[in-house]
Amino acid sequence: MSGDVRERIDDIYRSDSRRVLATLIRLLGDFDRAEEAMHDAFAAALETWQANEIPDNPRAWLVSTGRFKAIDRLRRAARFDAAADEIAKQTDASVPHDADVETDELADDRLRLIFTCCHPALSPDARIALTLREVCGLQTEEIARAFLTGAPTLAQRIVRAKTKIRDAKIPYQVPSREELPDRLATVLHVVYLVFNEGYSASAGDAVTRADLSAEAIRLGRLVVELLPDPEAIGLLALMLLHDARRAARTSADGDIVLLDEQDRSLWDRAQIAEGLALVERALSSRPARAYALQAAIAAVHAEAVDARSTDWRQIVGLYDVLTRIEPSAVVELNRAAAVAMAEGPEAGLALIDALLGRRELTDYHLAHSARADLLRRLGRTADALAAYSRALALATQEPEWRFIRRRMTELESRG
Amino acid sequence: MKYLCLIYDNEKTFATMGKAEMDAFMGEYGAFTESTKKSGHYLGGHQLQPVHTATTIRSRGGKVSTTDGPFAETKEQLGGFYLIEARDLNDAIQVAQRIPSARTGSIEVRPIVER
Repeated sequence: MSGDVRERIDDIYRSDSRRVLATLIRLLGDFDRAEEAMHDAFAAALETWQANEIPDNPRAWLVSTGRFKAIDRLRRAARFDAAADEIAKQTDASVPHDADVETDELADDRLRLIFTCCHPALSPDARIALTLREVCGLQTEEIARAFLTGAPTLAQRIVRAKTKIRDAKIPYQVPSREELPDRLATVLHVVYLVFNEGYSASAGDAVTRADLSAEAIRLGRLVVELLPDPEAIGLLALMLLHDARRAARTSADGDIVLLDEQDRSLWDRAQIAEGLALVERALSSRPARAYALQAAIAAVHAEAVDARSTDWRQIVGLYDVLTRIEPSAVVELNRAAAVAMAEGPEAGLALIDALLGRRELTDYHLAHSARADLLRRLGRTADALAAYSRALALATQEPEWRFIRRRMTELESRG
Repeated sequence: MKYLCLIYDNEKTFATMGKAEMDAFMGEYGAFTESTKKSGHYLGGHQLQPVHTATTIRSRGGKVSTTDGPFAETKEQLGGFYLIEARDLNDAIQVAQRIPSARTGSIEVRPIVER
């Protein structure tokens, strides 16, 4: 097999493995069996595909191969186990043929999967963990980092959720129209977290993971299409507006460029235009909710020529509303940064110190680097260095380390 | 798939209910039971005597202890149950949310182990 085929299969794995998995779960009725089948299918692809013989529709090939492999496994197990024999017969009978794998059912499979993973009968933590694992294919370690929790805890949470789906028989389906609004909030929260993982990767040598953000935006679009709820629209707007800055957020060397130093000509204007139109739609229904407000904040940035001419007072005002409807320490931290821009670094610093004084965000590296930045602007070099080294110890991403070290070097030379 | 719907309600609420109100509530239960029989969900169900009639038994190392009252004191008490046949958890939830006590107390839905 040539290297080209291997690369092509890797590409397909990245782009399509979750779709294949979602369909296999529907066909096989079991998460673990489907995952095993998917891996068998990709292994078979590596063995059998030749450069000139990659199937026209690789996804359909993988789904039908995975299905056959699963039935095979069950038949082999059936020699020892009568129950497995029964499952094999049922699976064989219920499984459609290749032609059926091409229908619209496929498009719905990922939506089915996300609604199943976000079922209210699962604990909130489990919904998010399971969706990130199954729908988005994140590694357990990555999810653990996003949650600031241990990988074994996360793994156990996922296993428990899958067990409940099987034992309590949570169906693999999109909720009915009446159920949809209630179940949407959790789905949106999950989409939001997926986007965040892509927008600011939890670890590794890159700041962003475009594929994950694109995935979250795709999921967001799908939800908006299914249910044009103002919060779903607000979330999509938020993601588009943030993602539009992607190219400006890192230098050619992969270093972090903060908002105030970004080359705004690199911002994706078409995406911003789409985002702004969506913000307007989202805000037209009152009262404004959390995602729509965050999107509105992103919109204020998007409309400003540079950091200096940004309407910081309006941003602080939007954060005020946001803090009221959805109190969180991270929102307060962002508000403090906006206050620092509107009223000066001292005002912002007082707010961050108060937050840290409440022992919130003590282990959040961005709280310490935001604090360090304000101390730097106030000329308190020694305090700024101390805060940067705290941030350095807590950061987990290579470009963040480089960014913090760069700032520290600048400060030390300033001395 | 069989599910047991455990009905938890605050007994004190019933103690303060007038007769007409109580009759209306029990009437709703009657209608609910009938509707689940018609839809094919119903397998069985009973109302329980109040929790002050409960006795809890434990046997440890051959020694049996019998105590007055329920296993755990809670704000809401187990007051009855339905055993239902449902397609899946969503179907079971659709049934359980129509149990009159879902509005006043809560319903715990538990899948039955099938062997």
